[in-house]
Amino acid sequence: MSDAPQNWLDQAAHLMQQTPYLAGLKGELLEVSAERARTRVPYGAHLIGDPDTGVVHGGVVSGLLDHTSGMAVMGKLRAPMPIATLDLRIDYMKPATPGEAIIAEARCLKITHEIAFVRGAAFHGDADDPIAICTATFMLIHPARSVR
Amino acid sequence: MNPADLLHAIPYCRHLGARGEVKDGVLTLVMPFAPHLIGNMTIPALHGGVIASLLETAAIAQLAWETSSAGLPKPVDIAIDYLRTARAVESFARGRIAKQGRRVVHVRAEMWQDDESKPVAALRGNFLIAS
Repeated sequence: MSDAPQNWLDQAAHLMQQTPYLAGLKGELLEVSAERARTRVPYGAHLIGDPDTGVVHGGVVSGLLDHTSGMAVMGKLRAPMPIATLDLRIDYMKPATPGEAIIAEARCLKITHEIAFVRGAAFHGDADDPIAICTATFMLIHPARSVR
Repeated sequence: MNPADLLHAIPYCRHLGARGEVKDGVLTLVMPFAPHLIGNMTIPALHGGVIASLLETAAIAQLAWETSSAGLPKPVDIAIDYLRTARAVESFARGRIAKQGRRVVHVRAEMWQDDESKPVAALRGNFLIAS
């Protein structure tokens, strides 16, 4: 009975992998569990934000962090439920290095009936030397209750 | 460089399909709907990352246009408030400098769809400009 949640999570992960925006970035889901979520986006010419330096656009980093944070919330749920980002705050600590893949990792620190709180970071190889860190909150969208 | 050319020169902007339009001295970003912008296929709704990207780009474009920054402004921190579902339709965004310091500029930006008085998301952020 305990494998049922992981089963739907695998399906959700598969669906999230096919999210058009993530697919457009050529991003992939590495891991999703109650513990954490991790994603990866390889460097690509279409992600460049500064044509003079080849540095990836900040929006790619924030987009990946938003997606990964959402996956971290999914990992905490016992059953599938739609969620929506309420607030996303990003600190850009250093520019991403051109040519290198970006990994995002997020943990859901607290989940209530309505709201989930997440912390995350984006980095190349070393999680202790982040490109950006994020704090995000999500709303859990409960299905409309039927009238008794 | 005029803002439309500046935005067109940014590959990720072209990936989003966002362009800049100046009318009566005001810069507005226009992003037509495209399937690869979707984050939730059942609603369908634009991805939160697309929204953050469009708002950050609106802020950068406004800064590059209004200040004499050498090179593109660099984001230091941004905060995005998601106010409404961003539907699968054309979207608009506009940035505004709230406070300009010598190196750091505080910017606000809003994104809307068919009604400018009903923003779907808002950004506030600090950006570094190089003089």
